[in-house]
Amino acid sequence: MMQLHAGATAVSDDPLHAPRACDGRAPDVFRPGGWVPMRQYRESEPVDFAIVGTGAGGGTLACKLAEYGFSVVAFDAGPYFRPLEDFASDESEQTKLYWTDDRIVDGDNPLQLGSNNSGKAVGGSTVHFAMVSLRFRPEWFKSRSMLGYGADWPLDWHEMWSYYAEIEQALKIAGPVTYPWGPPRPRYPYRAHPLNGAARALAKGCEALGIKWTETPLATLSAPRGLARPCVYRGFCVTGCSTNAKQSALVTWIPRAIAAGAEIRDLAMVGRVEVESSGLVSGVHYHRDGRWRFQRARNVVVAGYAIETPRLLLNSATARFPNGLANSSGLVGKNLMTQSNQAVWGRLEQEVRSYKGPPSLAITEHWNYEDRGKDFFGGYSYMSQGPLPQLWANTLFNARGLWGNSLVEAMKDYNHVVGLKIVGEMLPQESNRVTLSEEVDQYGLRIPRITYSWCDNDKRLIDHSLKFMRRALEAVNATDIWIQDDDTCHLNGTARMGSDARSSVVDADCRSWDIPNLWICDGSVFPTVGGANPSLTIQAIACRTADRIRALARRGELEAGSARPSIHRCSIEVQRL
Amino acid sequence: MHERRDRYPGYDVLAKWSGPSWNDKTRDVITRRLSIAPEPRFFTRDEYETVVAIADRIVPQPAVRPPVPIAALVDRKLAEQIMDGFRRPGVPRDGEAWRRGLKALNAESAAAYDKRFAELPEALQDKLLRAAQSGELKAAEWGGLRCEVFFKHRLGRDIVLAYYAHPTAWSEIGWGGPASPRGYVRLDLDERDPWEAAEAKDGNDATARRSNRGVR
Repeated sequence: MMQLHAGATAVSDDPLHAPRACDGRAPDVFRPGGWVPMRQYRESEPVDFAIVGTGAGGGTLACKLAEYGFSVVAFDAGPYFRPLEDFASDESEQTKLYWTDDRIVDGDNPLQLGSNNSGKAVGGSTVHFAMVSLRFRPEWFKSRSMLGYGADWPLDWHEMWSYYAEIEQALKIAGPVTYPWGPPRPRYPYRAHPLNGAARALAKGCEALGIKWTETPLATLSAPRGLARPCVYRGFCVTGCSTNAKQSALVTWIPRAIAAGAEIRDLAMVGRVEVESSGLVSGVHYHRDGRWRFQRARNVVVAGYAIETPRLLLNSATARFPNGLANSSGLVGKNLMTQSNQAVWGRLEQEVRSYKGPPSLAITEHWNYEDRGKDFFGGYSYMSQGPLPQLWANTLFNARGLWGNSLVEAMKDYNHVVGLKIVGEMLPQESNRVTLSEEVDQYGLRIPRITYSWCDNDKRLIDHSLKFMRRALEAVNATDIWIQDDDTCHLNGTARMGSDARSSVVDADCRSWDIPNLWICDGSVFPTVGGANPSLTIQAIACRTADRIRALARRGELEAGSARPSIHRCSIEVQRL
Repeated sequence: MHERRDRYPGYDVLAKWSGPSWNDKTRDVITRRLSIAPEPRFFTRDEYETVVAIADRIVPQPAVRPPVPIAALVDRKLAEQIMDGFRRPGVPRDGEAWRRGLKALNAESAAAYDKRFAELPEALQDKLLRAAQSGELKAAEWGGLRCEVFFKHRLGRDIVLAYYAHPTAWSEIGWGGPASPRGYVRLDLDERDPWEAAEAKDGNDATARRSNRGVR
């Protein structure tokens, strides 16, 4: 039985500058100032799994592996927040949730990073994601053989369908009774959220153009759940939920992981994966509390998302693996895929006030499931939008070129703005990639260079979507319609999964082809991205990976010492009412 | 001067300060922001003077109310090293990019008009900023920093974000502002909660003013 530190106050209250998860306890995300007991592991004793990253991939996997009885330490470079006390209703303040370490961007279409494609906190970018929780279209898992583009996943969609159902239950996704597209799925666990003005405009536009729409399946509560209360429609979702309605990894998988005996190390930046002379990995070097440390591990899982994952693998190069770890295919860092995120904006005579409620309450996946009439491969969904003032002002400045009085006057129409924005599929290209720059960051680690250029197919998809969404806004009598043509969202690829070691980095189980105790479990493993937000699929893959690891362990096919889960489940008792 | 009709007459987002839409953390953050003095910590005096002049053109403010200290807000962000975290090759990190861009802009101003940027009349300031926006400025002081990249991704971005981080700007555009824990109830088109700003319509300011006076 571990010691509880009731009443201890020695820990700094500033989660950005001193780790909170230490001394046998971790922050209780459900209670201001609260703590939960947390098991801790010695650095010198190998744990079954060291997981780098605690977002949709790493956080989910940490939970599942711990619940299956493995010993787990999960590292995150970012702080460990208690949303109820640490999150302000403020866009500027909440940029503390983003990964803003130094990075170089180039190519024909340099990416904008930070806000909508990164996270630096326990829970990763799920702490500030828009909660859109979509299943992939089944054919996307075999896009090369069934649709003629991209690359096939080594996974069967029927199996993924069952994992999607597991995640939807685990997060109590709020969604419609019947979903208009794709094969039948169970009804969503919680009822759909009501439409706001922006979502109503999307719905009317779809109906005018004769296509289907639905309430967006969202990972935010529409009814109470345990200690979390339902969404209050405050509208700050993408800057962090201060009421815990959002079902982020921080308030779902991570508390479960800790209750099952996992340890979380916050403000812990992993800089290198160690490889032994045997060719197996033996642990991770990480920076915490002002110095470099080493955690021994029987298995290492890299789950740092599509930039930090290849960066860590490349930065871990050794004499034996001079091109980085898991890179015999030469594909680590390649096939980076963002998603197109273009918008059409307009003005309604009615008051829209799209700042209320989750930003994307209504969606159409019509062009994900309809292939007729396309002059491009892939698909896109489009959703209603709810930009907060800073984001909206910078959109008018950056994308529309407004400044001076024209900007100030346009901003006064904020409450009448209506917009539709796509999440569009971009094709994998090896030339879109993450490499290492010669410059180093605050940890002394070489920083990533991210190179991105759209291909002709990407541009045709964008053109199609912009023409269609313009018609949708015209159909609801929007005026002053204009196009934002340069935005992107989400990052995937850079360590793709496949069925052949020569053309992929990991197998279907997220296990690297080159090093059998090195795994990759995040959006990096996606061979293609589809026209849907990736978080549900990342979590589904993490759950599948956990099941596969358990099965492999039972068969004795994991590396030495981890053939069976360590027995520790009875060593912790969670104090929760 | 152009017309600056008040779209949300009498609406002050700060009237909700002690109400259920503002939590302690938000009050802490906004208290700090409102206490920022209009003087430089990161910029030199000369640089700061230039930023003040630029901010006046990017986001002009009415003379009838206390101005939002845009330059100071940008300055504090840079002093606290809050950065975007991505940059193009040849572009320095945020603070250094500002210094180089300001130096280049003043060099352009001196070469064309023999004055510092801040000393130029507004029309010439706008002309220089438009030239920066469209990539026409090529003085040696820019170095590897392209003027249109600096204008779009650093100068304008930081100034616009600074202004619209201030409660004065929130009131101006009729935004609900901080909203935790109360949130909102009436979400649909043309629906408004009593704690949201009422818009003056058809020149009828009185009705909106009365409603906005009751916002808590």
